[in-house]
Amino acid sequence: MFYRENGQFKTSYRADQQIFPIRQDRVFMLLVLAVAFLAVPMLASDYLLRAILIPFLILSLSAIGLNILVGYCGQISLGTGAFMAVGAYAAFNFGVRFPFLPLLVQVLLGGLCATIVGVIFGIPSLRIRGLYLAVATLAAQFFVDWAFLRIPFLTNYSASGSVSVANLQVFGFPIQSALSRYLFCLSVVAVFALLAKNLVRGAIGREWMAIRDMDVAASVIGIRPMYAKLTAFAVSSFIVGVAGALWGYLHLGSWEPLAFSLERSFQLLFMVIIGGLGSIVGSFFGAAFIVLLPVGLNNIPHMLGLPLSVDTASHIEHMIFGGLIVFFLIAEPHGLAKLWSIAKEKLRIWPFPH
Amino acid sequence: MTFTRFRTAAAAMALTGALAATATPMLAQAQAQEQFVPLLVYRTGSFAPLGIPWADGKLDYIKLINERDGGINGVKITYEECETAYSTDRGVECYERLKSKGPTGASSFDPQSTGITFAVTDKAPNDKVTIQTTGYGRSESADGSVFEWNFPILGTYWTAADIMLQDIAKKEGGWDKLKGKKIALVYHDSPYGKEPIPLLTARAKMHGFELSLLPVVAPGVEQKSTWLQIRQQRPAYVLLWSAGIMTPTAIREAQATGFPREKMYAIWWAGSEADVKDLGAAAKGYNAITVQNAAGKSRIHDDLLKNVYDKNNGSAKREEVGTVAHTRGMLISMITVEAIRTAQEKYGKGKTMTREQVRWGYENLNITQERIDQLGFNGLLRPIKTSCKDHMGASWAHIITWDGGKFTNSSDWYQGDASVIDPLVKEAAAKYASEKNITPRKCEG
Repeated sequence: MFYRENGQFKTSYRADQQIFPIRQDRVFMLLVLAVAFLAVPMLASDYLLRAILIPFLILSLSAIGLNILVGYCGQISLGTGAFMAVGAYAAFNFGVRFPFLPLLVQVLLGGLCATIVGVIFGIPSLRIRGLYLAVATLAAQFFVDWAFLRIPFLTNYSASGSVSVANLQVFGFPIQSALSRYLFCLSVVAVFALLAKNLVRGAIGREWMAIRDMDVAASVIGIRPMYAKLTAFAVSSFIVGVAGALWGYLHLGSWEPLAFSLERSFQLLFMVIIGGLGSIVGSFFGAAFIVLLPVGLNNIPHMLGLPLSVDTASHIEHMIFGGLIVFFLIAEPHGLAKLWSIAKEKLRIWPFPH
Repeated sequence: MTFTRFRTAAAAMALTGALAATATPMLAQAQAQEQFVPLLVYRTGSFAPLGIPWADGKLDYIKLINERDGGINGVKITYEECETAYSTDRGVECYERLKSKGPTGASSFDPQSTGITFAVTDKAPNDKVTIQTTGYGRSESADGSVFEWNFPILGTYWTAADIMLQDIAKKEGGWDKLKGKKIALVYHDSPYGKEPIPLLTARAKMHGFELSLLPVVAPGVEQKSTWLQIRQQRPAYVLLWSAGIMTPTAIREAQATGFPREKMYAIWWAGSEADVKDLGAAAKGYNAITVQNAAGKSRIHDDLLKNVYDKNNGSAKREEVGTVAHTRGMLISMITVEAIRTAQEKYGKGKTMTREQVRWGYENLNITQERIDQLGFNGLLRPIKTSCKDHMGASWAHIITWDGGKFTNSSDWYQGDASVIDPLVKEAAAKYASEKNITPRKCEG
C-alpha cells in the first residue's frame, strides 16, 4: 500500500538510472543515513560505539570488498585477512615514515598497497578457477602472515612484532573519542558503499558478472577476462585494504598479525555467503549477523539474570549461532539480502498478492 | 507463501534482536558501597586448560574477601566475568563493556593476555583504567613515568628470562661458563613469545653465549622441524615460551629427540600442573619459573577451603586449591584487593574508590613481609613495593622442577638483575613515549 511505485514516472534517462528508482527507497535510505549520522551519535553509549558499531562498520566495508570479488566476479578468495593486514601494516608504515601525511591519506595509501598485493595474488585467477583459486589465494594468507612476523622493517623494528598508532587526527581534529572514530568510520564506509554500488551497476560491474556467470561466453562477446578479473581483484583488495587500515587504526589501535589471521578470512567469507553473494546491502546484513549476533547471544543470559557461568554461556552462544547459520542457509541459500528483496517484493503487491 | 513470510520475519527478528541485546547491558547500578572488579577470563578456546584454574583462583580470592571479611573495610566487591577465549577482539569488547560498570567503573583490568594488554594499553590512559599485568604484558611498562596506567607487578618476561639465565649460570658454575655455549629459545610466534628476545640478546652479547631463535607457529602442535633443528644444533639449554597445547607437545618432542628435560626452562604459563600432569614421568626434570612459591601451601588455602569451599561456593574443584595456576590467580586478586585497600587508606576507609584513586593505590603498594603474614600468604611470596617510577614493585621468582608427580622448588628466590634490565626498560619506554608523543612524568625519588 505504502511501498508502491504507481504514479512515479521517469521522464529522463537520469531519473531512470538512479540507484534507488523508487521514492520510498530513497526516503528510507535517507532515514537510515540520518539515524546513523545524527540519532546514533546522540543516543549510543561509548560501549555501543566502540565495541559494536565500529567493528560492525569496518567489517561491513571489508565484506563489501570481498563481495565484489566473490559475489560479483565469482573469484573465490580465502586471502581477505591477508589483504586487510597489508592495508593495515602499509598504512602504519606510511604513518611512521611520513608522519606529516594526513590520516585519510595514510589509510588510502594502505588500500593502494593492498591493491598491488591483491593484483599480484590475483594473477593465478587467469589460469585457475573455483576452489583451486581459493587454495591459491590461501597462499596470500600464509605469505602475508609470514612477512609481518618475520620482516622487522615492516613492523618498524618493534621487538614484539606488535605495532600501534597514536594521536590520530583529521584536519586538526583529534580522533580520540568513540564518537569521532565512529563518525570517521561511518563516513568512509558510506562513501565506499556508494562507490561500490555504482561500480557494480556500471559497465565494469556487468563485465564482472558476465565473467562470473560464464567466462567463455563473456570472452566471446568481447569481455577481456584478464582485465575483468584483475580489476575485480584490484577494487576488492583496495576496499579490503582500507577496511584493514581502519581496523588497525580506529578499532584496535595496536595489533599483531593474529588480528588478520586465516580465521578473519573465513569470517568474512561467511559474512558474504550469509549476507548474500552479489549484493552490497547483503554485506551489511552478513556483517551484522556475524558480528552482532554472537555478542547479543552472549549477553542475553546475563541480561535475563540467568546464573549461567561464562563458559556455558559461550558454549550455548556457539550452538545457537551455528544452528542459525544452518537454518538461514536452508531457508534461504541466497542469503539475507535475498530475504530483504523478497520482503520488498511482497510489500510492493501488499495487500493484494496475485 | 506463509513460510516465506515466516522466514522474512525470522530474519528481521534475529537482526533487531541482536542489536537490542547488545544495546542494553549498561543499566543503572544500585549505588551501594561496592567496588566493581572486572574479570577477563578464557574458560573456552585452545588455552582453556591454562585459563580455567587461573580464572578460578582470581574469583575464589574475591569470594573469600567478601565471605570472610565482608569486603574491603566493609566495601563489598562486585565482579563480572567476561569470556575472551584469548581473542583480542573479544577482549576489547569485554573491556569496553565493563570499563564503566559499577558505581565508579572498573577498578582495574587483568586482561590475561598479551594481545589484549597491547590493545588496551593505548586506551587505558584515556579511559583512566588501570591495567594490571602480573608477570606478563609489556616489559617496558615497568617504567611508571611513561606507562602511568600499566602495572606489571611481580615481574615481566624480561625479568623471567633473566632469572632463568641466572639459574642456568648458577648450575654451570658462573656466567663465564656460558661463553661459547648455545641457548635456544623455542617460542610461540606472537608478541607474547617474542617478548623475552631483547633481554636474551643483551645477555648473549654480555656473556658470549649464542642465542638461537626457534619460532613455533600458533597454536604450537607443529614442532617437528623445530626439534629437528634442536637435534642438529645441540643447544645446551632450551628456554620454552609456550602456552596451552604447545607445552606438552614440546615436552613430547623433547623426549622423542632425546633432549634432556632437565635442560628445559619454561615460562610460568607453561609451568602449571595441567601442562605436565598427563605426561607424568616423561616430563621428569622439566623446569619452570613461578612468581610464587609453588610447592608451598599456606594459611590462605585453609581460609579459602573453610570460608568458601565448605559452603559449596568454590569456583574450582576442591583438590585444585593449591595448584600453581590457581594460587597464581589468587595472588593476582590479592594484589588488586591490596591496591584498593591502599587507596582507601588515603582517600577514606569504607568508601568506594574511583579509578584514579585505585591507580594511586597500585602506585603506592607496600606489601611488607608482615603484611604477607597477616594476609596468610606467608612463604608464598616476597615483599612488593611499587613507586611512581617502578610499577613492577619486585621481581622475585622461583625455579620449580617436575619430579614426575608434582612440582618442587629447585632454587631459592631470585630477582631480575636491575643493572641489565633497567637500561632496556628505559630505552624501550623512551621509544614508546616518542612514538606516542607522551611526555614522561617527573617522579620524585
